[in-house]
Amino acid sequence: MAAAGARWNHVWVGTETGILKGVNLQRKQAANFTAAGQPRREEAVSALCWGAGGETQILVGCADKTVRYFSTEEGRFQGHRHCPGGEGTFRGLAQVDGTLITCVDSGIVRVWRDNDKETSSDPLLELSVGPGVCRMRQDPARPHVVATGGKENALKVWDLQGSEEPVFRAKNVRNDWLDLRVPIWDQDIQFLPGSQKLVTCTGYRQVRVYDPASPQRRPVLEATYGEYPLTAMTLTPEGNSVIVGNTHGQLAEIDLRQGRLLGCLKGLAGSVRGLQCHPSKPLLASCGLDRVLRVHRIRNPRGLEHKVYLKSQLNCLLLSGRDNWEDEPQEPQEAKQVSPEDTETDELWASLEAAAKRKLPDSEPPPGAVQPRRRKKQRPGSTST
Amino acid sequence: WRRPWIRACSKGKKGLKRKATAEEPQEAAVAENGAMESGVQPPKAAAFPPGFSISEIKNKQRRHLMFTRWKQQQRKEKLAIKKKLKKEREALGDKAPPKPIPKTIDNQRVYDETVVDPNDEEVAYDEATDEFASYFNRQTSPKILITTSDRPHGRTVRLCEQLSTVIPNSHVYYRRGLALKKIIPQCISRDFTDLIVINEDRKTPNGLILSHLPSGPTAHFKMSSVRLRKEIKRRGKDPTEHVPEIILNNFTTRLGHSVGRMFASLFPHNPQFIGRQVATFHNQRDYIFFRFHRYIFKSEKKVGIQELGPRFTLKLRSLQKGTFDSKYGEYEWIHK
Repeated sequence: MAAAGARWNHVWVGTETGILKGVNLQRKQAANFTAAGQPRREEAVSALCWGAGGETQILVGCADKTVRYFSTEEGRFQGHRHCPGGEGTFRGLAQVDGTLITCVDSGIVRVWRDNDKETSSDPLLELSVGPGVCRMRQDPARPHVVATGGKENALKVWDLQGSEEPVFRAKNVRNDWLDLRVPIWDQDIQFLPGSQKLVTCTGYRQVRVYDPASPQRRPVLEATYGEYPLTAMTLTPEGNSVIVGNTHGQLAEIDLRQGRLLGCLKGLAGSVRGLQCHPSKPLLASCGLDRVLRVHRIRNPRGLEHKVYLKSQLNCLLLSGRDNWEDEPQEPQEAKQVSPEDTETDELWASLEAAAKRKLPDSEPPPGAVQPRRRKKQRPGSTST
Repeated sequence: WRRPWIRACSKGKKGLKRKATAEEPQEAAVAENGAMESGVQPPKAAAFPPGFSISEIKNKQRRHLMFTRWKQQQRKEKLAIKKKLKKEREALGDKAPPKPIPKTIDNQRVYDETVVDPNDEEVAYDEATDEFASYFNRQTSPKILITTSDRPHGRTVRLCEQLSTVIPNSHVYYRRGLALKKIIPQCISRDFTDLIVINEDRKTPNGLILSHLPSGPTAHFKMSSVRLRKEIKRRGKDPTEHVPEIILNNFTTRLGHSVGRMFASLFPHNPQFIGRQVATFHNQRDYIFFRFHRYIFKSEKKVGIQELGPRFTLKLRSLQKGTFDSKYGEYEWIHK
């Protein structure tokens, strides 16, 4: 049942125990999906991204350097692919034109050909970005452009179709007022839509905007927030502000035009590990180490919409960007029933049905009506059967 | 002109009864001058304008009088209701409805969805593979380092000594202004499994940092109500070297499980029942009460206990994933 309804899940969350959880906020249900049927800590999910073809496939990057393919239509794992090379977990996963881009902690970025998922062929392209990478992000507008950044690893923008050198290499800010070098720790990167700009949030509480189009390699804008390292960041639908989260569970919306704090969101009690905003609705999904997935409304009014307790520590999430939040009624199942081979039997059944309808005109409702399925409100976190 | 209702109450109840006769003619006289509509009746039934409250009377004595009268009336009414209910119950006898359960804070609590179900496989797997797994699989036995904040005073030092007698295989070291981040790698290399730091403020211990060592979570507690051994009344003799039993009460939620396991991993696995000593961590409304007792079974059902050892209450302030790193560590739970 859960597998059948997996396509209507609004949020997909990866946990430290290797379970992929699909949460349906309309029905208030959460379902667990595991590749092996049992949770395994070696498969801790460290990166999630949408696969090819809309939102029908999810690429799950696990701690044992495998990328597993999960189909939301069927609600099960379809295959996996071993992506060796480098040390550490995946810090970024992306897909472009039938190729898969992976980046690991030690700075090896590899582009793999996405054929027959079981074969682990040699990578098409390999780049060494520098050690201590915390995030690799793909530009949604130009899918062959990726940005990487990490601890003592400055922001670099790479064009995978271009040369082996980065297109843009950020420069560290000037020494501070004590003439000491300011340390670098880029925890999350986002590309701003509509221009070439990038935003990063650092572990030293800074939010910086870089503009590769300008001659200046230093940040164009810098803002600080809070007293604790910022761990996750997401852009708001309008594109003028970002929402950042820190290790104390504080979420803040920072305006990028002025670099000022617009407001905070309450509720999280643990370090924020994943944040994503919906592309059109003012909804923000956040997950963290306190084992709860929260969906906040960002404006009019700002507050908590949904809160789902998922029993494991949550590492990353994917929010479905679709516009209709409701489930589709049983249309897909009815469509499957008609098959061209059974036309003769269909005629037979049609005649029988007509006879049955003449006898009992009022017993059955007309077949085309939407039958609302009343489901009991199940406790979230119930395992899929 | 005086307001008639104040005059009606100004003498007090006794006064009114004694001087009722004397006052009536006075009041009647006053009533003719003053407002007629306020019903100058015998002092008992004074009519007040609507919206009048006792707190508006400026005179403290009169206000107090009015209040005590009102309170006595309320008490009388309450007693009358109780009596009536009791009579009704007796009249019904067996058919009386069961007595309603009194509302307590524990009854009225909203159901906490994070309460762990004992049959839950996901949580069971999580606990089987977390940082305490090596303790619960009996692969490591605890070795504790107890220290304080810098330059501790007498109370804190004595508390550390007493704690080290309560927790077996623990060592107290003087903190010579060393940074915790430098102590921790040294502890790990010397096979310590836990680090306890007792924080002190103004000569009393007020905080406890418990860090599980190889890579484990760090819990920061607020400590209050610390009683050393000599301050405990009717206590038994000092605890012996036997390994105590542990009681962990009410650690039901997921966070409670993590904290409970932290406490459990401080003590060795096999308690020596000969010693008849037990350490209790009782969680009630998010306060954890620590007690150390010696028990003796006087008969099959009767137990006597003697309290030994220090006693304190803890309240969790934060649980941090990883060893102590308050600036850059990631927090699993923070008290907000």
